[in-house]
This record gives sequence, C-alpha cells and structure tokens, in this order.
Amino acid sequence: MSSDISKKPETVNNAAKSQTTGNTAAKEPFLRIAKKDTTSLKNKILIRALSILFALVLDALFIFFVTGLNPFAVYGKMFAGTFGSSIRFSWAMRDLVSLLCIGVALAPAFKMKFWNIGAEGQVLMGGLITSLIMVYFGQSMPTWLLFPVMFLASILGGALWGFIPAFFKAKWKTNETLFTLMMNYIAISFVACAVNILRGQASSLGKLNMSTKIGWFPMFLGQRYNINILIVVLLTFGMFFYLKYTKHGYEIAVVGESENTAKYAGINVSKVIMRTMAISGAICGLCGFLLVCGRDQTISTSTAGGNGFTAIIVAWLAKFNTFYMALIAFLLTFLSKGAGEIASAYGLNDFAASIIEGIILFCILGSEFFINYKMIFRQKDKKGEN
Amino acid sequence: MDSSLIAWIIRAIPFGTIIMYGAMGEIMTEKAGNLNLGVPGIMYLGGFAGFASAFFYENSVADPNKFLCILISLTCCILASMLGGLIFSFLTITLRANQNVTGLALTTFGMGVANFFGVFILNGKSYSAAPLANSAYSAKIPGLSTSFGVVSETLFSYGFLVYVAIVIAVILHLFLNRTRVGLNLRAVGENPATADAAGINVTRYKYLATCVGAGLSGIGGLYYVLDYNRGIWATTGQIEALGWLAVALVIFTTWRPLNAIWGAYLFGTLYWLYQFLPSLLGFTVASYVTDLIQMVPYVVTIIVLIVTSLRKKKENQPPAHLGLAYFREER
Repeated sequence: MSSDISKKPETVNNAAKSQTTGNTAAKEPFLRIAKKDTTSLKNKILIRALSILFALVLDALFIFFVTGLNPFAVYGKMFAGTFGSSIRFSWAMRDLVSLLCIGVALAPAFKMKFWNIGAEGQVLMGGLITSLIMVYFGQSMPTWLLFPVMFLASILGGALWGFIPAFFKAKWKTNETLFTLMMNYIAISFVACAVNILRGQASSLGKLNMSTKIGWFPMFLGQRYNINILIVVLLTFGMFFYLKYTKHGYEIAVVGESENTAKYAGINVSKVIMRTMAISGAICGLCGFLLVCGRDQTISTSTAGGNGFTAIIVAWLAKFNTFYMALIAFLLTFLSKGAGEIASAYGLNDFAASIIEGIILFCILGSEFFINYKMIFRQKDKKGEN
Repeated sequence: MDSSLIAWIIRAIPFGTIIMYGAMGEIMTEKAGNLNLGVPGIMYLGGFAGFASAFFYENSVADPNKFLCILISLTCCILASMLGGLIFSFLTITLRANQNVTGLALTTFGMGVANFFGVFILNGKSYSAAPLANSAYSAKIPGLSTSFGVVSETLFSYGFLVYVAIVIAVILHLFLNRTRVGLNLRAVGENPATADAAGINVTRYKYLATCVGAGLSGIGGLYYVLDYNRGIWATTGQIEALGWLAVALVIFTTWRPLNAIWGAYLFGTLYWLYQFLPSLLGFTVASYVTDLIQMVPYVVTIIVLIVTSLRKKKENQPPAHLGLAYFREER
C-alpha cells in the first residue's frame, strides 16, 4: 500500500489513546473537546486552505513514493489539464457544470437532512425520457415544441424518481438513504433496457438522431456547451435565492434543524419533504436533459458517470451554499482533469484522479472538526484557550 | 433435478457468498451505529490486496505453497480492508465527520487505489490471473463433493470460504445476542449516551466494530476475485455494484446475521434469475427483458424496506443511532 495510508493509523492511535485516557482520568483530562460557538470567516477559510494544503502534501508523498516522479513537476502538469488549451477549458467547464447541476439539485434535500443518494438514478430517468422523446417524436414535432416537451418531461421523470422515496419517508419514515440508493439501480435497469431496444441490431448505441441532429442543442455564442453552462449558472443563482430568501427555503431549513420544531411551528413536515424531494429530483432530471441534449447526444447507463455520488460530497462540503458548490466543483473538476493529464503524460492511469480526489476529500471532511470544535489542552493555571 | 436448476443454484450460492461477507461486516459496523457507505471501496481494497499479494507470492517463489498462499492473501486482504475501516473510523468517530459523505469518499478512494495499482499488475494486458490462489480457494472438499450426486453438486462443490461464511454468520449471531461484548456493542448503536453512562467505552467499541466489520466485508472482495472470478483481476466496476448490493442485503436481513445466510442466497438466486428462469420454463426472452429482470433484487430490497417501516416492529428497526456521531458533551 502507499505511504499516505500508513500515516493515518499513527494519528488515529494517538487521538484515540488521548481520548480514552482523557475519559477515565479523574483529574482534568489532558485533552478536552468542546463545541465552538462561532468561527470567523477568516478562520474557516484558513482551516479549509490548510486542509487542502495538507492533502496536497499527502498526495505529493503518494506521487513521489509510488511513481518516483517529482511532485512539483506533476502538479505543474495538472494545470494543463484545465488551462492547457481553449478546448480543454471548454471540456472542463462542461464537466464542471454537469457536476454542479447535480450539487445544486441536492442542496435543498440535504439542507432538509434528507439523504438523497439517488441523484444518479434521477439524472438517468431525466436523460432516458429526453432521449426517448428525441428518438420517437423528433421527426413529428417542430423544434420549438420539441425542446419544451423534452424539458418538461425530463423534469417530471426526475421529480417522480425523487418523489417516490420522499413519499414513503414522509408517511412511514422509510429509510431514505437506502431507498434512494436502490432507486439508482432500478433506473439503470430501465436505461439498459431502453438502450438495448434503441440500438436494435447494432453493437452499440451511437449518437441519437445522428443524421438529422434533431433535439441537439445548437451552438450558442460560438460554443457547444454554452447552453448547458448558462442554464446551470441560472440554477445556481436561483437555488441560492430559493433557499435563502423564500418561505419554502425557510421551511426546509427548519425541518432540517428539527422536525419537532417544524411541527410545533405549524409547518406541514410531510408536505415539505415531498415537495423538496420533487424539486431535488426535478433538477436532477433537468440535468439528465442537459447531458443528453447538450453533451452526449446519447444515453447510456453511465450517463451520470458517478457524478450523482460526487455531487453529494460537493453539496455537503459547501454547506448547501450553491456558490461554494461552484468552487468545490471547480476544484474537483480541475483535479480530475489534471490527473488525466498526468496520466497521459507519465504513462500512469486515470484512477490516480480517484486517489488524489479521495485524499483531498478525507482531509476536507476531517478539517470540519477543527471548524466546529476546539481542543482544550490541560494547563497548569486555570484556563487556556486554543 | 433439472440441470439448469442445478446450474442456477451453483451460480447463486457463490454469488450470495460475496455479498454475505460484505453484509456481515456491515451488520457489525451498523450495530455499533456507524453507517459505512464505503463497503464497495473496502471490498475493492480487500479484493485487490488479496489478489496482489497472491499474485506476487505465486510469481516470486519458485515452489509456491497453496496453504501459505491462502494465509498471505487472506492476511493482506483483511489488513487492507481494516485500514479502509480505520480511515472511516478516524474521520467519523474521532473527527466526527459526516458518515454518509465519508463513506462515499471511501468508496471513491478504495476503487481508485485498487484500480490504480491494478493497472501496474495488468501491465498492458486486459486481465491478469493468479491461478494457484484460485485453485487453492476453489478447492472442493474431497469425497463429499462427488459421492452424493445432486446433493454434492449443489451443496458441497464450493471453495472453503462459502462454508466459512456460514460459520461466521452463526458466530456473529451468537456474539451479538449471547455475549456481553456483543450486547454492549448493540447498546452503543442504539443509544451511545446510555452506553457511555453504563461505563462502556463508546469510542473503542465503535472503532473496533467498524474496523473488524471492514475486515469482514473485505473478504467478500477477496472471494469475488480469487474464487468467483477464477482468480482474475480486471478493471471493472463489478465490485462496486456488489458492494451496494451488500448494503442492500443488510437492510433485507433486518440487521440479523442469520438472515444473511438465506438472504444472500436468495439475492444470488434473484440476480441470476434473468439467465436461468426463462430456460427453466422453456421459453426465451428478448435481451431487453433480461435487462429489466436485473432490477429484481433491488425492488425486493425496497419492498422489504417499506414493509419493515410499515410494520414498525421494534426488533426489525435499524439501530436507533445509526449514522449519527456521538459527542458526549452534546447530549
């Protein structure tokens, strides 16, 4: 195994030991942990920056010990993945908005503490419906009608996929984490079936409507992906205001904090849960529409490509602020593009991206602790602050 | 007995065994209140570590010994999986990070590590194999596996890990229900504050349960690579899907290890339904229908999930503190 993993256990043991000794000691424990009331923005940024720096050091060690390459040269190379050329930048932006769109969709659900692990399936359902309409109604419908129909249908598909688990959660408290997870596989099954039918005798399903290009997003302002980018930017702003300045957003926040408080305040919790998940699913469905019309022009079981899971991490780390989400999504996209670049330059493979990403996520997740809690060490005189 | 029915059973039981290991590890973890969604990642880590160690042992020793091969690969597998569990434990228990998110990150990480290093072993080929380890793991019980006809064929034609899984399930059942340590563990998962007040070291229990659970889950990955997949390592997403299925199985069993035995085999049967049922009933279905049939295990899991939440029987519910971090000062 790599060196960076073996580093962790030491810290674990130390931390665990200091805690256990702390719990049993009769005198004031060596290390106490207390919740912080507030953390200034400056400290928050500092802690996050330090955690990313720490992760980069771990990654550098990993790169050095496993591949023997100079980490600085490798990191330098990473920039080329996103900023190397205008086409690369455009690809990076395309992937960024694909991820961000799902993150934005998950924001309201997660703020409500509803663990929607089913974004992958909701995206697929939206994409599936879009592509079916594209293929079967593309010829008979005028373009001005086709796009709105696909748009609405994909939203409905995603919303339905999000609504089903929410309904059971609201009525009978069925565990939503596992329910939504299972829904992914049912969606995958539907997509596999549809792809099988659509491709007919061909070995694979190429681009849909290849000859006519019906239902493909046109170039907009000279760029292929500008429509996707524009819509996601609008969604990012829209969701920010929805969560922050509307009654719905407030209700979501209250339900997320405490269901009992919400009930006491006269909020219809079931209704909020179902409505919010329908919205969350709808935006995921919309993402499927954007992926099919604006990016892939086809559908497959990997259309969502794991973004449904990555977006969960994005939404959580950003604490449901859609603008932070854009930042984190950028960071992750930058990393995976960079890792791809390293991979081709040094003859490694793309999975390096997953490792680097994993380490960075672990560090950022761990750093939350230092934002929310303070450690108080035992001191000779009365009180000390840390 | 019909030959395709036998073939079906022979496919279903090994398949069930993979997810049975994953699920038993996760039951152990969840009983301590930790919802570890990193099971797929852990199974990747375990499967890869087991394969890689067996691969190197086979290729570097002149006269490799089967028993040593099993010992080495099993040890490496469990250690690697436990390391995965340790990362999860440290982040969620000591640093109180969110369990769902950490688990998902662990899945990404484990998959990345396994496939990244896997490419070095593949060395340009589309797959690489550890034939000795495979023959060691899939060795049948001499005598029993041939002498009773159909019974031998369906019950005794598997590698030893299939039977070990059943034994572990029984032990885990006794451990969780009959021993003091096991009951303490469940108390930690149900109500850590009460457990803490009763003098149980919550942190230690959570750490141990998660790490041991991860070690168990990892064996599922090892079994998949070295026995089920005939000792072949290739870059696929198969283990991830199996890992999620193991998580589903945990719910299906309503957190009871004994249910995991028949539940796992049922899942195996359902998984292979698309291939064997049509031929058993004597008709052929279009390939797009088989795509649809593949959703059956997941639909069944959802139904179980709904039914248990509808019936609200206390003993069928998830551990009350599942997925929540425990912080003494926040009670």
